[in-house]
Amino acid sequence: MNAQEITKPQTRTLPRHLRRLEAESIEIMREVVADFRKPVMLYSSGKDSSVMLHLAQKAFYPAKVPFPLLHVDTTWKFREMISFRDETAQRLGIDLIVHVNPDGIERGINPIESGSTLHTQIMKTDALKRALDVHGFDAAFGGARRDEEKSRAKERIFSFRSHGHVWDPRNQRPELWNLFNTRSLKGETMRVFAISNWTELDVWEYVMLENIPVVPLYFAKMRWVVHRNGALIMVDDERLPLSPNETPELKMMRFRTLGCYPLSGAIESDAATIKDIVAEMQVATRSERQGRLIDTDESASMEKKKREGYF
Amino acid sequence: MDTDALRELSFTGSKDQLCFITCGSVDDGKSTLIGRLLHDSRGIYEDQLQALARDSVKHGTTGDAIDFALLVDGLEAEREQGITIDVAYRFFTTPRRSFMVADTPGHERYTRNMATGASNAQLAVILIDASKGVLVQTRRHSYICALLGIRHVVVALNKMDLVDYRKQVFDRIVADYVRFASNLGFTSIAAVPISARCGDNIINRSRNTDWFQGPCLLDYLESIDIQSETAGLSFRFPVQWVNRPNLDFRGYAGTVVSGSIAVGDEIVVPASGRNSRVKQIVTYDGELVRAEAGDAVTITLTDEIDIGRGDVIAKPTERPQVADQFAAHVIWMDQEVMVPGRSYGFRIGTQSFASGRITAMKYRIDVSTGAHVAARSLRLNEIGFCKIATVLPVTFDAYEANRRTGSFIVIDRDTNRTVGAGMIAFPLRRAAKACQPLSLGKKERAALKHQGPCIIWFTGLSGAGKSTIANVVDQKLFAMSYHTMLLDSDNLRHGLNRDLGFTESDRIENIRRAGEVAKLMVDSGLLVICSFISPYKAERDMVRDLVGDGEFIEVFVDTPIGECVRRDPKGLYAKAKSGMIKNFIGIDAPYEAPSAPEIHLTTLNQQPERLADTVLNCLATRGIIVPTNRTEN
Repeated sequence: MNAQEITKPQTRTLPRHLRRLEAESIEIMREVVADFRKPVMLYSSGKDSSVMLHLAQKAFYPAKVPFPLLHVDTTWKFREMISFRDETAQRLGIDLIVHVNPDGIERGINPIESGSTLHTQIMKTDALKRALDVHGFDAAFGGARRDEEKSRAKERIFSFRSHGHVWDPRNQRPELWNLFNTRSLKGETMRVFAISNWTELDVWEYVMLENIPVVPLYFAKMRWVVHRNGALIMVDDERLPLSPNETPELKMMRFRTLGCYPLSGAIESDAATIKDIVAEMQVATRSERQGRLIDTDESASMEKKKREGYF
Repeated sequence: MDTDALRELSFTGSKDQLCFITCGSVDDGKSTLIGRLLHDSRGIYEDQLQALARDSVKHGTTGDAIDFALLVDGLEAEREQGITIDVAYRFFTTPRRSFMVADTPGHERYTRNMATGASNAQLAVILIDASKGVLVQTRRHSYICALLGIRHVVVALNKMDLVDYRKQVFDRIVADYVRFASNLGFTSIAAVPISARCGDNIINRSRNTDWFQGPCLLDYLESIDIQSETAGLSFRFPVQWVNRPNLDFRGYAGTVVSGSIAVGDEIVVPASGRNSRVKQIVTYDGELVRAEAGDAVTITLTDEIDIGRGDVIAKPTERPQVADQFAAHVIWMDQEVMVPGRSYGFRIGTQSFASGRITAMKYRIDVSTGAHVAARSLRLNEIGFCKIATVLPVTFDAYEANRRTGSFIVIDRDTNRTVGAGMIAFPLRRAAKACQPLSLGKKERAALKHQGPCIIWFTGLSGAGKSTIANVVDQKLFAMSYHTMLLDSDNLRHGLNRDLGFTESDRIENIRRAGEVAKLMVDSGLLVICSFISPYKAERDMVRDLVGDGEFIEVFVDTPIGECVRRDPKGLYAKAKSGMIKNFIGIDAPYEAPSAPEIHLTTLNQQPERLADTVLNCLATRGIIVPTNRTEN
């Protein structure tokens, strides 16, 4: 590779706070690649994943992203997420590992009859732990952010997990300066949250200014939805059973956060472009994760899930 | 400014971030202040507020009102105990600036968490309760802030409503504080009279304090100039990772932590002394002509010189220090006390895991008074001034000159826990050039003796049978014409280690010296048989690290304590039990059994002869000796 080849037109004029966040995330990613034997990036194809992946390309350029992507597929993701996921991996030429928990499939676990708690436990948390073990990954990037939830506000950037991927909030390593303790013994692993210090608005501003492709579900469109437990649930496929009093209706709506489709509430919105989304966020009065049913199934729910190995 | 103005978020292209820490005593209103800043700057959403209201009913301590403390004390354990265990990071944005606030615990026993929050903060908001004035905890936190390099302090004199917003109270307490803080080296000390509960002078100027001319708290936080802090520092570029996508490209990836560099500039790698010039500054978004502090880039050089992770790239005219001994402030962060002499891992910049020791404690600091107190060790949350020696030279600056290249963390080598954090004051000795090269090596010397040199290290409780077996092994090897030496703890304590007692740190030094002597003997090609209780895994591993791979054979002589007491060959157990000997291993001091010794001997109903043969067989299997009778050769 010579100088001409790596010269690209300089187009970006990022605001200072985004430049700083970008540099910090890049530094974190490089630490992981330098210090761990076999890292992987958890990739859900959501907006945070998209930003992380973009940052990874920057961190290792001109080399290719030196780790694979891992998607823990619950089989209940939005269809558009799955196609976006596959297109992205192909477009960037990055290895994508898709892991589905075979035990869960055999047991017929699903978010509707099994309930959100069991479904999340078996198809997400257990599946993730199993996937990490099977492939022997010793560090896994996750796109969690400190502004999402209060137990995440206390999360480390390098989140130490003991045997069995257990998170013990009392047994986390203090993080001072930019000096991360990356040491671990056999069987211990690390979750690394490279965009910890980004906010939801930072993510959207960055997506806008860097022209990062995101799943179309984030943009407002007429979609078939039902009202259920105070949330707007999209009828993404025929698997969603409708109760007698539920009739799908067409609504102009979009998503702020994406998970399993029966567990992710949409918001009514007209925001059809990223600019609209940023503008909408500036006047939003509800939090990003308010549509996430799994956060509220019990008090301190996220903390409990994290203790069990949820990312 | 009004709250409507806060709603207008827009990129101005110049928005920067201020990282600040809030500190002060317990119940001084820190959480309420943060809650209000978040709430009034729209950092709390309605559904979060509803959840907060629900939680306030369940866990709150403020009656019917919303308990903002629950917004930041998010962990279950914290709610159960009503305390803050850990640092929480919160974000909020105004049209002029974005903020990251580290909310740290007020309790004295969480000093380490306060230090953690302070390590990345540029400014400290120190809350003082107007009805109480400057307290011990105010001084303690100010002292730690100063030590960690925070140069800007805002005194938020809270609960002004409780003292009728009186100017005299404000003036008196601020004068008290300034008098105390004048020798802490802060660049600026501002003071604002506030009431976090009533909202006075936090976001809006209060009518209750007409006498106050200064800006309200948020105005101040938005306008203080913190950029100049890193300006003018020397260029430092710690190499994180070498980027080699193909044979034609070799780039050094890292973040410019201070100063700036331009294409064509001359650079030096101080550890090796090699020079070159910057050829390109590569980024995904195109090449840069110049990179500045904060930029994560990849640098290529005009010469092929050997640079790796951990190296620091600098300019020849402004070099960092390279040394293997330095003095530093250390904050101890672990339940297990710091033991001078013990081998720890040190992480300095991108030098991931330098192995080294805290060789001496100069003093401990009483953080409420700043006084220097004599101490030999550090406990959890204590801060001391120490000498540190690393096995290999490291590159650094004084912390005062550069927070990024002058800081380090201390890591326990067994558990990998982060046990300490440090700030380098000055080098104690410049790194010596490489050791005197010896023309004859260990290999040649051992070859002459037809043996593989090694340390055969017997460890186990007093009375386990170490020395007995070691002696038999020695005799058998001698009979086979091998060149050996036997080092026994008791014998070394007559001479080389005569000055050492039996405290933990003396035991560590005892093993360190024995290890160094054994290493020299290995260098001379000998089979060195060592018999030491050596109760701590860390020290046995330290000796293991002194010699090459496969040259340390750990022999665990595993005898139950009951049997050792029954044998009691030197009558020591009897003395220990009667209290005549203190710190006796197995009685009132711990023994850390090896987890994976090369040889594990159980001695019950076994003859020393047979056990010695087990050791010899192992040596033969490893190719250290050839199991033929050499006397016949």
